[in-house]
Amino acid sequence: MEKILQLLIEGEPFNTSQMAEVLNYSVEEVEARLAELKEKNILLGWRPVFNPAKEIDDWVRAVIEVKIKPEREGGFDRLSERISRFDEVESCYLMSGAYDLLVFVKGHHLKAVAGFVSERLATIDGVLSTATHFMLRAYKEQGFLLPGAREDPEKPKISP
Amino acid sequence: MPRSGIREFFELVQGTDDVISLGVGEPGFATPWHIREAAIYALERGKTSYTSNLGLLKLRRVIARYLAREFRVEYHPERQILVTVGVSEALDIALRAIINPGDKVMYHEPCYVSYHPSISMAHGVGVKVPTREEDNFALDPRQLWNYWEPGVKALVLNFPTNPTGGTVSIAQLREVARFAQEKDLLVISDEIYGELTFAGKHTSIASLPGMRDRTILLHGCSKAFAMTGFRIGFACARSELTEAMMKVHQYSMLCAPILSQEAAIEALQNGAEAVARMKDQYRRRRDLIVRKMNQSGLNCHLPNGTFYAFPSIRSTGLDSKSFALKLFEAKRVATVPGNAFGESGEGFIRCNYSTGYGDLLKACQLIDAFVQEL
Repeated sequence: MEKILQLLIEGEPFNTSQMAEVLNYSVEEVEARLAELKEKNILLGWRPVFNPAKEIDDWVRAVIEVKIKPEREGGFDRLSERISRFDEVESCYLMSGAYDLLVFVKGHHLKAVAGFVSERLATIDGVLSTATHFMLRAYKEQGFLLPGAREDPEKPKISP
Repeated sequence: MPRSGIREFFELVQGTDDVISLGVGEPGFATPWHIREAAIYALERGKTSYTSNLGLLKLRRVIARYLAREFRVEYHPERQILVTVGVSEALDIALRAIINPGDKVMYHEPCYVSYHPSISMAHGVGVKVPTREEDNFALDPRQLWNYWEPGVKALVLNFPTNPTGGTVSIAQLREVARFAQEKDLLVISDEIYGELTFAGKHTSIASLPGMRDRTILLHGCSKAFAMTGFRIGFACARSELTEAMMKVHQYSMLCAPILSQEAAIEALQNGAEAVARMKDQYRRRRDLIVRKMNQSGLNCHLPNGTFYAFPSIRSTGLDSKSFALKLFEAKRVATVPGNAFGESGEGFIRCNYSTGYGDLLKACQLIDAFVQEL
C-alpha cells in the first residue's frame, strides 16, 4: 500500500508538513500525492470523527434496510444513486442477503428521519419495502473507541 | 550491589506531568484485543488455579510448535520447555541452575540491566564484552576470543539487543557458535526481541548445528505480542538443564499465572497478524527517529531490531546522565541514559520509538531544540 495512504488510514491528525516529516517527503510531494489520490477518486474528502453522543445538534441516526426492484438496464445502480443523493443519507451500500440496500441516515430529530423514510424514500418508484432501525448508542465510531470503552493504562514513564 | 541506574531516573520522572516519554522498555501498544479477550474468557471459565510447575501442557505444546516454525529449533513439550514469569525469571533461574560460585559468565554490553546483577546474585562473575557503535552494536566474534578468560562457563546473548537494537549476521552467529563450542560453553540466549528483526529473519543460535544442546533459549510474549504485564516467558533447553531450572522455579515461583498462560496460547497461535502490524509501525517509526536524530547532529545507527534507537550524544560534550537529565529538565522529554545499560553505553541515550507518531515528532523537535540550545 502506498505510504501516504497508509498514514491517512491510520487517522493521525497530521497537516501536510507533518506528513512530509513522517514520510520523509517534501511538502510539495505530499500535496501532489494527495491531489493524485483525489484525482483518482481514491480520496473522496476529509471529515472529522465526532462522538455521536456529544454532537451539538443532537442528531438522530438510523440504518434502513431497503428492498428495491432491479432494472433491466443498470440493475440496482440508478435507484441506489438516486437514494444516495439525499442530504439525509450519509452512506449507502448494496448488500447481499435479505435486503438490497443498507442506508445510513441522520436527521435533526426522530420525526425528520421518520418523515424522510415514509415520504421520500418509501415512495420512490422501485422501492419495495423499508425497515428502519434507530441507533441508540455508539460504542465505536469509525475506528475510534468511545470514552468508557477507551483504555487508560497506568504505565511507568521509565522502565528497563 | 548498586541499584539499577534506571531506578533513579524513574523516580525523578514519575512524579512529573506533561512528560513525553521515550523511556519505557515496552511496546507503545496495548495487548491486541483477541489476546486480552482470551484471558477474560479463561477467567469466566474459572481458570484460577495453579498449573503444573512447567506450565500448562497445552501452552508448552503451542510453544514447541511456534519455535519449530519461527525459530527452527525443536523442543519436547513435556521435558524441555519451562514456562516462567517473564524472561527476567527465566534468565535468573537459568543462571542459578548452571553457575557454581566463582564461575565466570560472559555477556555483551550495553545490555539489559539485569544481566550482570543476575550473574552476581547467582554467585557468578560477570565478564563483559563491549559491542561498538561502528559495528552497529553487533557482536564482533573476535571480541569474544579477546575477552575470554579461564573459568568462563557460559555466554549470555541478547539479539536483537535491548538497548541498542543491534543484531548479528548469520556469519557472525556461526562464529559465536564456533567460539562456544571451542571453549565448551553453555549459551543463554535471550531472544525476546527475535520477531522484531527488521531486515532478514531472526536466527536463533540454538538452531545452528551442534548448538541446541548447549543453549538455553529464552523467549516470551512480552515484546512482539505487547504483553509485558502478562509476565510470560519460557526457557527451553535439553532435559537435564530444564529439570535443573525447574527445581529453582518450583521453589521460588511455583508457576506462571494461569490467566497469562491462557492468553499466551492465544497469542502464539493467532497473534501473527497483530505482530506483523505492530512491527510495521516500529519499522516506520524507527526510520523517522533515526533520521531526526542524525539531522539534529546526534549520530544514530539504524537499529535492525527491537523498538529502541540508541543515538550517540558525544557531540554535545555531555555525558549520558547529564544529557538525559538536562533534556528532561529543559524539555520534559524522558529518555534513558546509555550508561544505565553498562559502562559501554556511556555516550548514548536509549529512545523507545514505539510511542505514537504525534508524540514522537514532538519529542524529536524538542530534542533538536535542546541540542541547538546547548
